Amino acid sequence: MDLDLSEEQKIIKKSAHDFLMRECPKELVREIVQSERGYSTELWQKMAELGWMGLIIPEEYGGSGGSFLDLIVLLEEMGYNICPGPFRSAVVLGSIPLLIAGTEAQKNRFLPGIASGDSIFTLALTEPNASYEPSSIETSVRSDGDEYVISGTKLFVPDAHVADYLLCVARTGEGNDPEDGITIFIIDTSRRGISLTNLKTIAGDRQCEVIFDEVRVSGEEVLGNINRGWPVARETLERAAVALSAEMIGGAQAVMDMALQYAEDRTQFNRPIGSFQAVQHHFANMWTEINGSRYLLYRAAWKISEGLPASMDAAMAKARIGEAYRRVTILGHQIFGAIGFTSEHDMHLYHRRSMSGDLFFGPAAFHRAQVARELGL
Amino acid sequence: MDFEFTEEERAFRQEIEDFLKEELPSDWEERALYWPASYGALPIFEEEFKEISDQLLRKFGERGWLSIAWPREYGGMQSIMKQAILEDVISYYRIPIGDVSTSIGAPTIMAVGSDEMKSEWLPRIARGEVRFWLGYSEPNAGSDLASIKTHAVADGDDFIINGQKIWSSGAHVSDYAWLLVQTDPDAPRHRGATLMLVDNKSPGVTIRPIENICGIHSFNEVFFDDVRVPKKNIVGGLNQGFYCVMLALQFERLAVGVGAFRRVLDEMVKFARETEKDGEPLSKNQLVRDKLAAMAIEIEVLYGFYWRTVWMMDRGLVPEIEASVLKLFGSELSRTIASTAMEILGLYGQLERGSRWAPLMGWISLGYLDSISGPIGAGTSEVQRGIIATRGLGLPRK
Repeated sequence: MDLDLSEEQKIIKKSAHDFLMRECPKELVREIVQSERGYSTELWQKMAELGWMGLIIPEEYGGSGGSFLDLIVLLEEMGYNICPGPFRSAVVLGSIPLLIAGTEAQKNRFLPGIASGDSIFTLALTEPNASYEPSSIETSVRSDGDEYVISGTKLFVPDAHVADYLLCVARTGEGNDPEDGITIFIIDTSRRGISLTNLKTIAGDRQCEVIFDEVRVSGEEVLGNINRGWPVARETLERAAVALSAEMIGGAQAVMDMALQYAEDRTQFNRPIGSFQAVQHHFANMWTEINGSRYLLYRAAWKISEGLPASMDAAMAKARIGEAYRRVTILGHQIFGAIGFTSEHDMHLYHRRSMSGDLFFGPAAFHRAQVARELGL
Repeated sequence: MDFEFTEEERAFRQEIEDFLKEELPSDWEERALYWPASYGALPIFEEEFKEISDQLLRKFGERGWLSIAWPREYGGMQSIMKQAILEDVISYYRIPIGDVSTSIGAPTIMAVGSDEMKSEWLPRIARGEVRFWLGYSEPNAGSDLASIKTHAVADGDDFIINGQKIWSSGAHVSDYAWLLVQTDPDAPRHRGATLMLVDNKSPGVTIRPIENICGIHSFNEVFFDDVRVPKKNIVGGLNQGFYCVMLALQFERLAVGVGAFRRVLDEMVKFARETEKDGEPLSKNQLVRDKLAAMAIEIEVLYGFYWRTVWMMDRGLVPEIEASVLKLFGSELSRTIASTAMEILGLYGQLERGSRWAPLMGWISLGYLDSISGPIGAGTSEVQRGIIATRGLGLPRK
């Protein structure tokens, strides 16, 4: 057993922390969130130069061949600084399905662009029924000669407005099992028949409604095998849930660090509020929430990196971390009092993300249902 | 990172499992009542289990399992990890091991005891021949341990002790008191107490039972009337008692009965699968599934704190926050899972041991009562949170 990060991972952590503290201050976060596109090309370019987008992409496709665990270390720091932009969409939702199921030609064609930061991918999976179950995939596909024609509505699609390609999860057939008959298509967002509408969300991240109206794609644009797309989607969602959990742990840590500083500086009754037991006990609870959850995160990430079955671990991590992040931000708010309730203060940036993070890729109860299945219930 | 156990560690786990299957009496499953991180139904504190506890301690001693974590120079295996694996397995089986002599006595003697004391006591402890009870609390000294009034006055080669201890778990089945007494009433707080070993058979020691909330005699109050103790029985230096007590805290960190949490989960999953309600197994009920999944997740979090503490200790790091969190989180989780289990049992949850209708032989209802003890004994949750905030996170005391 070794519960420490490797030397390389410590370097990733430290350099990401330093870079983001310098290049992604909260003023910039606010500016980016309020901008139309919701990300800064300048910051994106600098991140690309550091090799972040290619971290988990093998060297032969233009990346640096790091592990999923390396990515988790980086994402925890990005969550600490709530770095806005389509990073998770491009790197997790985009490159992972390509790595799992892409043909050699598809990998050669698309992965170098993701690694360099030049092209942005996202996953168009959820629909208006807002479910991550295979039975919810209703976007329809019909064959027309050599082509497929896709129609349907995708909702809550992250970063679609800046994406170059959509990985669209659609129904190509019906079987006894709802997992059968699902296919993933790689579709250029400029393709005729695609229309996008931005959704206004609590966390200020970018999610879209994407309507496919008779969108024509060729057989070469199928990712992996026809009708066999769900296992790819499921594995991607599992890793995305762990990736988001890493960002949430980082965010929770930032909340505790900010609140600790405030509890030392702020005085009431002629003493720092951090000297009051009621406040101290909030901090003990925050520490426990964060570090207890962090173990689940890293164990899940380690198993994924080692190629071990991780669905129980991933579900445990996402279920607990979403709720823990919310509990931590609420305790943080309690410590900051009225100033934390203002829009000029940074607390709400985290509080907003704790809610959307808990919901995205399935809320806690969704993941506990997975844990129950794994327990043999 | 690596979350896997070594081949050797897995083999050791198997060795313990095999030993227990061989050595435990056939009716053990019916008699064992231990609830995780609780103090009320620990077999080691009960008269009923004294014989089997003594026997098992000796058999563990023969295998070197009472001294696993000790440094090699004292005959140990110097492995906190193996110690932790042992505690995981035996607590899963609800076994009466974990005496104060091994968990607190030996490590403290190794750290601060004289050579004479080490050679007199360590071999006996390692062989499982001697049992201690913890003599800290008094009627007016609970969390505020510095307020103890039991005092010792020097008289030639002896001390003469007068006073009273309370909440003395297992004093009636032990051989010696691991006793904290006031030796300098004029010294500043925390500088006037001394730790010493006192033979239960000494004239002037009176042990009276206290029945706990579970209806079990685990506690005692112990009175000392002019009890003579040889000065060589002092552990550490004169007036160094609080230092020794604090030192010992780091040795008892792992004693949360982590395996017993896993046991509760396994038993409840089995119960849910085997129990029909309203025409379907309880395991198909969404609420039950959600509750058990939540229980499983929190137990994994506890294991996370557990292995992290072990891993740090094996590297010579001092897990100050982690140890307090392990105690805090474990004992509070003990209450949570007791409540969850009661809710799943429904009306049957009320039934006590002895009723033919009582599920799991009444273990859950007893655990529900017993789980009150965890967040109170050995440093309350409030004390632990204070330690985490001030010593761990550096928040100001004033």
